[in-house]
Amino acid sequence: MKEILKELNKAFENKVRLGIMSALMVNDHLDFNSLKELLDVTDGNLASHLRSLEKSKYVTFKKEFLNRKPNTKYYATTKGKEAFTRHINAIEQLLK
Amino acid sequence: MEKEKYLNDLREIKDIMNRSSRFLSLSGLSGISAGILALIGAFAAYQIVYTDQDYQSYGKVTITPESLTNLLIIAVVTLMLSVGTVIYFTTRETRKRNQKIWDYQTRRLLINLAIPLITGGILCLILLFRGYIGLVAPLTLIFYGLALVNASKYTLDEIRSLGLAEIGLGLVAAHFIGFGLLFWSIGFGLLHIAYGISMHLKYRS
Repeated sequence: MKEILKELNKAFENKVRLGIMSALMVNDHLDFNSLKELLDVTDGNLASHLRSLEKSKYVTFKKEFLNRKPNTKYYATTKGKEAFTRHINAIEQLLK
Repeated sequence: MEKEKYLNDLREIKDIMNRSSRFLSLSGLSGISAGILALIGAFAAYQIVYTDQDYQSYGKVTITPESLTNLLIIAVVTLMLSVGTVIYFTTRETRKRNQKIWDYQTRRLLINLAIPLITGGILCLILLFRGYIGLVAPLTLIFYGLALVNASKYTLDEIRSLGLAEIGLGLVAAHFIGFGLLFWSIGFGLLHIAYGISMHLKYRS
């Protein structure tokens, strides 16, 4: 039991961060506004959670210009995908 | 208590993965209406193609330039009405689900649907004007099926098996080439209606 609990990742305990990672697992990339709509959160809330995922190097971003407007695309890193998979596996173990 | 929370997490993950990667507002009603329109169109085409025949089974089709024009008109009208009703029922469904109609998921679905569909459409037009009329019905079925299989990654799972059924039907139709219109009616008419009804019953909630 203790072993499993260790595998659970604190970074994904939060609903918004969990949502961001879920969406980026199945999409190559998503921009800020798509994520915002999908998760139904405020700008500030989403930005702060994205920043915390960036700090753990689970998410990276690319800034581009779309019709002269800045557009930020977010990607899940390999490290982030691995961590998320481990987290889900741990949950599944726990629920067995 | 803890377990409940993690079960919820899993449910949420699954929901977000589905909503962010698939277009889920396909309406069964649009399938039913497209199927009915296809049957009407096929019946109208049948009247033109097989008029001067005294037997009904294996028809050798003769098409004059005049009837070709009529056939094309029927095809275009049927196609436009079908696309129209699909758009109507789908937008209604998206509104019910409070989702955007024109978003990333929709675009991705349409692009992947369009690539095989437009390829097949152009090929069929070329064949039609070259006189290879018999091949048109099987090929529209096959390319439509390929388009559905290709697009099914981005929408409801049922679309994949519908696509496979259309491809199989198209291949059979290519072998029994004289029954092209019959197979076409089954593929675009009956299959759409059957899938439409089953999807309507499954997702109506």
